[in-house]
Amino acid sequence: MTKSELIARLASTHPHLYQRDIERIVTTIFDEIAAALGRGDRVELRGFGAFSVRKRDPRQGRNPRTGEAVSVEGKAIPFFKTGKQLRERLNREGGRE
Amino acid sequence: MTEKTITRAQLSEAVYQEVGLSRNESADLLEAVLGEISTVLAKGETVKISSFGSFSVRSKGQRVGRNPKTGEEVPILPRRVLVFRPSQLLRKRINGAGSGGKGR
Repeated sequence: MTKSELIARLASTHPHLYQRDIERIVTTIFDEIAAALGRGDRVELRGFGAFSVRKRDPRQGRNPRTGEAVSVEGKAIPFFKTGKQLRERLNREGGRE
Repeated sequence: MTEKTITRAQLSEAVYQEVGLSRNESADLLEAVLGEISTVLAKGETVKISSFGSFSVRSKGQRVGRNPKTGEEVPILPRRVLVFRPSQLLRKRINGAGSGGKGR
C-alpha cells in the first residue's frame, strides 16, 4: 500500500470528508513525526510502535570495491520499534509463511 | 539534551490545527490512519509512505534460543517481524539542522 492508496482507503471509510482534507491529514501526521525526530524527540504510539533517533558513532569503514579504509562520520538514524499489539497481530493474522 | 516524547495527543492536535475538523474527528482520523496501516501489515503487505519511509513484514524461520536465566535451550518459533526503512529524506532531515550526529 502506498500513501495515495492509504488516502483512497480512508476516503472510502470517511465519505463525508473531502479527499483533499484526508491528504492533508495524512501528510500532517507523517510531517509531525518527522519533525519530532528532527528535534531528537521520540514519538510513541501505543499499540502501533515508537519512533526514536539512534546515534551511530563515527567508525572506520572500508570501500568494498578498493578495500581502502575510509572514516565514516557519526550520524543519527531513525528507528522504529513495533508495538506489542501490532507485533501480536502480525503473528496471529495472515499466513505465517 | 532534553528529549521529549510525542504521543497521539500532540499528533491529533496537529491535525486539528492543520485541518478544520473537530478535535474528536482529528483523533478519530489519526486512529484510522494507524488502523489501516496495521491491517495492511497484518496481511503481510508492505506500506510505503513517500518521503517518510516504508514498513515491511519479514518472516523469520525457527532457530534455537537459550533461556538466559537457566541456560536451557528452547526453540524460537518461526515468526513475522516488522521492519521500518526510513527514506533518504527522513534520514537527511534527522542529520540536518537540529540534532546532528555529533556529540552525544
